[in-house]
Amino acid sequence: MKNLNAKIASIPMIFTALVIFVGCTAWTIYHSFTNSRLLPNNNWVGFDQYERLWDTKRWIVSVGNLAIYGVCSLVISVIIGFVLAALLDRKIRFEGVFRSIFLFPFALSFIVTGLVWQWILNPEFGVQKVLQSLGWENVTFDPLYNPDLVIYGILIAGIWQGSGLIMCVMLAGLRGIDGDIWKATRVDGIKTWKTYIFVIIPMMKPVFVTALVLIASGIIKVYDLVLAQTSGGPGIASEVPAKYVYDKMFNAQNLGQGFAASTMMLVSVAIVLIPWAYLQFGGKKND
Amino acid sequence: MTDETNLVDGPRGPKPKRAFTRRNIFVYGTLLLFAVYYLLPLWVMVVTSLKGMPEIRMGNIFSPPVEVTFQPWVKAWSEACTGINCDGLSRGFWNSIKILIPSTIVSILIASINGYALSKWRFKGSETFFAILVLGAFIPYQIMIYPIVILLREAGLYGSLWGLVLVHTIFGMPIMTLLFRNYFTGIPDELFKAARVDGAGFWGIFIKIMLPMSLPIIVVAMILQITGIWNDFLFGVIYTKPDLYPMTVQLNNIVNSVQGVKEYNVNMAATLLTGLVPLVIYFISGKLFVRGIAAGAVKG
Amino acid sequence: MSNNMQSSISIRDLKLSFGSFDVLKNLNLEIGKGEFLVLLGSSGCGKSTLLNCIAGLLDVTDGQIFINGKNVTWEEPSDRGIGMVFQSYALYPQMTVKGNLAFGLKNAKVPKAEIEKRIARTAEVLQIESLLTRKPAALSGGQRQRVAIGRALVRHVDVFLFDEPLSNLDAKLRADLRVEIKRLHHQLKNTMIYVTHDQVEAMTLADRIAIMKGGVVMQLDSPSIIYNRPANKYVADFIGSPAMNFYQGTLDKDNNFRGDGLSLSVTGYPFEEGRVAQNQQVWLGIRPEHIRSADAAQQCAVQMGAIVELVEPMGSDTQIWSVVDKQNYRFRVDGQTEMTEGDSIRIGFDPENLSLFDRDSELRL
Repeated sequence: MKNLNAKIASIPMIFTALVIFVGCTAWTIYHSFTNSRLLPNNNWVGFDQYERLWDTKRWIVSVGNLAIYGVCSLVISVIIGFVLAALLDRKIRFEGVFRSIFLFPFALSFIVTGLVWQWILNPEFGVQKVLQSLGWENVTFDPLYNPDLVIYGILIAGIWQGSGLIMCVMLAGLRGIDGDIWKATRVDGIKTWKTYIFVIIPMMKPVFVTALVLIASGIIKVYDLVLAQTSGGPGIASEVPAKYVYDKMFNAQNLGQGFAASTMMLVSVAIVLIPWAYLQFGGKKND
Repeated sequence: MTDETNLVDGPRGPKPKRAFTRRNIFVYGTLLLFAVYYLLPLWVMVVTSLKGMPEIRMGNIFSPPVEVTFQPWVKAWSEACTGINCDGLSRGFWNSIKILIPSTIVSILIASINGYALSKWRFKGSETFFAILVLGAFIPYQIMIYPIVILLREAGLYGSLWGLVLVHTIFGMPIMTLLFRNYFTGIPDELFKAARVDGAGFWGIFIKIMLPMSLPIIVVAMILQITGIWNDFLFGVIYTKPDLYPMTVQLNNIVNSVQGVKEYNVNMAATLLTGLVPLVIYFISGKLFVRGIAAGAVKG
Repeated sequence: MSNNMQSSISIRDLKLSFGSFDVLKNLNLEIGKGEFLVLLGSSGCGKSTLLNCIAGLLDVTDGQIFINGKNVTWEEPSDRGIGMVFQSYALYPQMTVKGNLAFGLKNAKVPKAEIEKRIARTAEVLQIESLLTRKPAALSGGQRQRVAIGRALVRHVDVFLFDEPLSNLDAKLRADLRVEIKRLHHQLKNTMIYVTHDQVEAMTLADRIAIMKGGVVMQLDSPSIIYNRPANKYVADFIGSPAMNFYQGTLDKDNNFRGDGLSLSVTGYPFEEGRVAQNQQVWLGIRPEHIRSADAAQQCAVQMGAIVELVEPMGSDTQIWSVVDKQNYRFRVDGQTEMTEGDSIRIGFDPENLSLFDRDSELRL
């Protein structure tokens, strides 16, 4: 048995893959069809938990928030990330300094990010007060206290933390483009911005896909940021699915709801991921 | 100044010097604008943490402190209250250190062995396990947290330090394994064959040949794990007890507690303190940090 | 269990499949003690795979491998009594040259004094004494390959396996090291199995060459037999540069060849068993070296007029592409030739230098 040692050494990996990733996921999916409350049980109730879930206002609000947050942060992060990367790629001075500045928030905890932006957006002391003291007496800028705007307040913080990563991915993509392409377009007399739109961006399709997957898989997990910045308030205006799951499982003693909600989260990840995996790996099998 | 003008004008006449072309103003102007957006929160944190409460109430959050005071820092570190405990963030800091060291070591050790086995000792099914592992990175944690609570309770580790170390090892495994697998795959197979002809076995090759060659990737892995584990909130709050809460959890409890008068300067000092460890790692490691997240981000 | 004591390595019905794809198909091979065997073939023919199987680095699907009479099919590589040299050198980068040489011996728990002695001796043989304390990164390509050979040498084994050891070196160094390997073989008299895709290396080094294709040995013979009497059309085409000229035609029962503008009698051709005494569809092959031109052509049994189409001067000799009846005839002449494109010349050859292959089986007649 030549590979015996390799197999023994792989036990932690096999355990993690099978017991945790497959086993625990299956366990939760199974128990989302039971009426588990304080403790998990096996009383099968079909889709009851899901019906109740989609009848719950808080869940609907959570999903709506996630959708807004998700779409906006996808679009904005990709735009900011690409623009910054393109600017940094223009052979500028102090590139390293700028890059460090754009990326440092990524090193911070979501808790830290949430608390800083909570403070900056505080209407009593923050941006609103500064604007008012500058003469605009009637200006209101209190997104965290306005149920209609609160998710955008969280978005500002989320973009602040995450867009640096996208810039990095984009910059790596830009650097990976053959320098001769730039020479060729220059010889052909094509304007820089046209080169980006018609030549470079189409060439970077895989990089954009990677960036999208990266952002998408991060969005679904948004929890700490909301907790630190607004705790889901005002009221339930900034609730998100991950927080719903946590509260149902560990505070409301309603495990069944938590399991059903987390299964819905998995389903939404799968909807994003399966087409991507198909595109990424499906084609390779043919050659 | 630019290559462009150089090429066009070539040898004719002196090189035109135009530092303030419209292009440069646009490029640097945009970059500076964004730099302000990214730096502003850091600036606000620092200045707020150095002001007294009266100055905060009167002044502007962006203005530098008139009178610098370190009192908020002292208070955040050693006096701030969470519930009944009033010994400050220092407890959370030491808890985080206690969690960080074993978690980083264990997770990197196991992931490097995984990566080695997956790249040089493939066995039947090993690729399948790896595929599950990588897919696992995309599964929302929320779906796995409760069954893990049960497993840890059965093992008698729920609420303990080692339980959390295990959780960090498990959830760090996909990305860490990927990192090491890709690195070891890049080491030529012939080197591995040569070592086998020389009579080294699974562990011999790993310890004597592979590990000494993988210092760069170990540093990258450490940077990723240290920042990741330090910044964790969810696992800390679920899998440990209050007296073991990591710094992030304690910070949130201090700042978002509803009792008492809000001391914004202390809050910002506490926030900065919590962010300090990853920031220091970030600024020291520089390019390696970028390499780490790039390696983690651009899969395959 | 014991087999012919003369043979150092014997391979019986060796089979290796990856899934449904057979890389090696029922391969049999006997390699004598002290023999220098070259495995030659284009990439993907299975030559490296076979070497890796002999080394024990790949698990075989079926069949057996004996080294010095011992069945080693399932032994660890280090227990087979082999040393191996790789194309990319595969030196351990974090160890010094000395550390590289000592690593295998330490794993085998050879006493320290003995290790020192063997390293000193090996370094002397390969003239790498001055490099012992250096790291591989500080060595040139040629030096690295010497150290890699040293790593095999120091193990004091009977069998050396070389996996395209010279492919990463530039042309001049390759020629130098080739001579050195040959010298080493004369000096040590070990069994050596050497994988390459370079026919010059194969012809110069080998006692015997095994030409492989599609996981099968096409021919196993001495270099001169392989060159002069290739067993099939593939081998004939593979060996020799420029490649053999081929013409299709029919061989009647009186041994007259007709086809592709040629009509000649091949009486005097040394036939083997594949000849049937009736009309047979065949390939006729003639090496460029065997086509004579100008005055020399006058003495040949077969002669014809040709037009020079292309002249490729190579320095020491010149390759001529000529045309007879829309058929190409490539041949070599002296480097000093004054032939130019468009010249009308006479060319000729002798039937005993031909090769004839059956059209269906492609085997030598």
